Amino acid sequence: MRYLPLTPEDRTSMLRRIGAPDINALFADVPADKLLQELPDLPRRKGELEVERILSAIAARNVAAGSVPFFVGAGAYRHHVPASVDHLIQRSEFLTSYTPYQPEIAQGTLQMLFEFQTQVANLTGMEVANSSMYDGSTGCAEAVLMAHRITRRKKAVLSGGLHPHYAEVVRTLSRMAGDDVMTMAPDVLAGEDMLACIDKTVSCVVVQTPDVFGNLRDLSALAAKCHENGALLIAVFTEAVSLGLIEPPGAMGADIVVGEGQSIGNALNFGGPYVGLFATRQKYVRQMPGRLAGQTIDANFERGFVLTLSTREQHIRREKATSNICTNSGLCALAFSIHMTLLGESGLRTLARVNHANAVKLADMLARVPGVEVLNENFFNEFTIRVKGDASQLVERLAAQRILAGVPVSRLLPRAGLDDLLLIASTETNTDDDRAALVAALSSQLAH
Amino acid sequence: MLNNQGRPTGAGDSAPAYNRKTFTGNRALQTREALIFEIGRSEVSGIDIDEPEAFTPRLAALARKTPLDLPGLSEPETMRHYVRLSQKNYAIDAGLYPLGSCTMKHNPRLNEKLARLPGFADVHPLQPTSTVQGALELIEVLSGWLMELTGAHAVAMSPKAGAHGELCGMMAIKAALAARGEGSTRKVVLVPDSAHGTNPATAALIGFEVRAIPAREDGTVSAQAVREACGPDVAAIMLTNPNTCGLFEPEVVEIAAAIHEAGGYFYCDGANFNAIVGKVRPVDLGVDAMHINLHKTFSTPHGGGGPGAGPVVLSEALAPFAPAPFLRRAGADLEILTLVEEAGEGAAFGRLTAFHGQMGMFVRALSYMMSHGADGLRQASEDAVLNANYVRVGLGDVMSAPFGDRPCMHEALFDDNWLKDTGITTLDFAKAMIDEGYHPMTMYFPLVVHGAMLIEPTESESRASIDLFIMTLRDLTFSVRRGELERFSGAPYYAPLRRLDETRAARQPILRWTKPAPFVEDEAAQ
Repeated sequence: MRYLPLTPEDRTSMLRRIGAPDINALFADVPADKLLQELPDLPRRKGELEVERILSAIAARNVAAGSVPFFVGAGAYRHHVPASVDHLIQRSEFLTSYTPYQPEIAQGTLQMLFEFQTQVANLTGMEVANSSMYDGSTGCAEAVLMAHRITRRKKAVLSGGLHPHYAEVVRTLSRMAGDDVMTMAPDVLAGEDMLACIDKTVSCVVVQTPDVFGNLRDLSALAAKCHENGALLIAVFTEAVSLGLIEPPGAMGADIVVGEGQSIGNALNFGGPYVGLFATRQKYVRQMPGRLAGQTIDANFERGFVLTLSTREQHIRREKATSNICTNSGLCALAFSIHMTLLGESGLRTLARVNHANAVKLADMLARVPGVEVLNENFFNEFTIRVKGDASQLVERLAAQRILAGVPVSRLLPRAGLDDLLLIASTETNTDDDRAALVAALSSQLAH
Repeated sequence: MLNNQGRPTGAGDSAPAYNRKTFTGNRALQTREALIFEIGRSEVSGIDIDEPEAFTPRLAALARKTPLDLPGLSEPETMRHYVRLSQKNYAIDAGLYPLGSCTMKHNPRLNEKLARLPGFADVHPLQPTSTVQGALELIEVLSGWLMELTGAHAVAMSPKAGAHGELCGMMAIKAALAARGEGSTRKVVLVPDSAHGTNPATAALIGFEVRAIPAREDGTVSAQAVREACGPDVAAIMLTNPNTCGLFEPEVVEIAAAIHEAGGYFYCDGANFNAIVGKVRPVDLGVDAMHINLHKTFSTPHGGGGPGAGPVVLSEALAPFAPAPFLRRAGADLEILTLVEEAGEGAAFGRLTAFHGQMGMFVRALSYMMSHGADGLRQASEDAVLNANYVRVGLGDVMSAPFGDRPCMHEALFDDNWLKDTGITTLDFAKAMIDEGYHPMTMYFPLVVHGAMLIEPTESESRASIDLFIMTLRDLTFSVRRGELERFSGAPYYAPLRRLDETRAARQPILRWTKPAPFVEDEAAQ
């Protein structure tokens, strides 16, 4: 077997050296009746060529986003990732190392994480960021727990514009932890009155911008009301590129900012692996979940980096830890950081403007299609339209024509009476031809 | 033709000892690398993208006014920055990485190639299911392999790493207890002292109370101790098997029976599954839920700290309580069900993450499993156990094994008893290993052993590689006995940096780069 260097002769002589008559002597603690006699009922070993053939055939049964006009978003976004990003993250020294427990031989990872933390803090307008969470949704649930620890209250209020799957992740963890959650009704037009829900019993308010329907939200009034009542404002984003163009939550008074970092440096990957971004105020850092890289010096007074403040973490604090998280999203954080370094401030601003311009162009085109109503007044690169009939069936019919038109709201919020709503995302990857194809197909479908 | 006139070709007759500092601070291939914030410029970009034509923005009053302060680098500068950083990292591809409990095995590159096929990498989680039948098929096939290898009835695929899998399993247990009407009475989770820190942290996160079970003298858990700790308030036990001392729990079947008799469930931490794949099926032992670290046992890369993947296999008793989303076959097609009530039976407990789990890791793990096949997977586990025992025997006479000559599973545990009164600690010993070109083993874990050194060589090492590793560690132990303190106390000497001051980092945390204050001459003069 190509992955196993030991030869049969090695095995025999090593067993002799150990003093074991056969390999099963080393498994003597396994109850004899539980030790498998037969091999598992699974196929036998295969060469590279065969495995590649089998898995390529499975992959070919999927419609790859890049092969069709593609407007699907709702929490994961298709952007162009520079070739150098994927090359660099496949360097052995990044790919095949682990958590930097031995800092003297892990400065590459540690310095990268320190740079990543700074990038995330600056992007979100916050003071400090951790070295990543699994993804935006789990980061969001952890942010709520963190707010409960800080405020010593147990009630979270979730905006109706929060991604419904994020809300469900928060509700699941909160229910299990015995905490209270109040979820506002789906808020398609960003008209909900969250101020009225904030009182002295509320630990935190969770609000997303751009929200799941694409609306941009000014968080300043919410932040003020939260702070008057001793509550925290948790701001969520699912499209990190938007922060190149819109005011960051940190500048609007957010106490914790969490979001999905996939859209910078990472592929769609059918939902994972992604990378959760998590930032907060300096004063809350000791209540933060996750790993932190910090600057220090070595025995020669040279600058270096280590994992720090680990007394928050499970491997030291066990049941008193701020979170149970251990392995996070290191390599995805690296991809994010490299892509962000390539973009730089000027590149990110331009990328964000191109996204916004493409979405505005598409919204204007769709607004002219009979049977389509664009609902958003403002948005970044994703907006909601109302169509005549059932959006889900419409999306299926367009998929049959090899156009992936977007996410029907009923996919995220079944039985909410929002079956005629469709979320449409447009990034720099869309061409004029893509937009024309979508508009033509929609026009023809809705004309019936 | 090359002109070699006057060019010396020898090494120099009397090369002097030399430790002069270089102008750059570099030492040939060992280079210093500044932060991107020190070398980048905000107006520079490594990406060419044209500004859009004039249009009317629809940003309300929310256009960004706050500075971004994000430096950019051109592509060649970016390549150089990250390549230089990478050269400061140890990695499996560069050498033996015996980090116990982490299973640092070879990461096949076929996995990387296949995970990048557009049909897997360039697919959105919310595309119509008619366009992702291959992705769903891959999840179904991988689930089948995991269930066959563990004897499970169901598997929850969405957990994002081991600790997330623990959370999934413990939530399923909580949901099952609630369905029995015992959600509020059974609050205690039994956790042996030797457990990973994630176990008690997970239990506490969702409101369980942790009750510690002491390990026996021999490093294992006794069924009697579990039986005595069991009562009507006990929800579950979280047991690692093979355990963190590198031993297979000999009374695991009795422990399972004890917890089941008491009305609780058996959560198994599957971090050490690599020792027993194809040898024994955890659910046959009485396990109700176990996470599988695809980044340990099934070779997906560790990536400097993730991403991992932690699918959770479930016994018949817990299968109805798996989280959404669910996969269901409808004729020839596969569907994803997202609504908890659509699962049909039981009381699924909700959702753990926005989408369907770590698809990129699923592709890699299945590529690895198919490559090995049932025969190769069993051989891999046997080789992992063989290599660990070979290390155990090769070092047993010069280091101290807390549990004597007992065979181990896939990792060999030593304590610091043999370092007693030498002035050298486990940490010093580990740092001296760095100078010898090795990544140290896991140190000071498990907590039940003083100054623990947990060595997991994995099946990826050749005999020659292990022999050299053993000889190197033996040489270090001889050095200890000769009292050569300086080889340890100041180590590492040859790494890119000398020993780092972790206390300073924690006392005065600097967690991000900030622009240095401008130099003012008057102040400097004061």
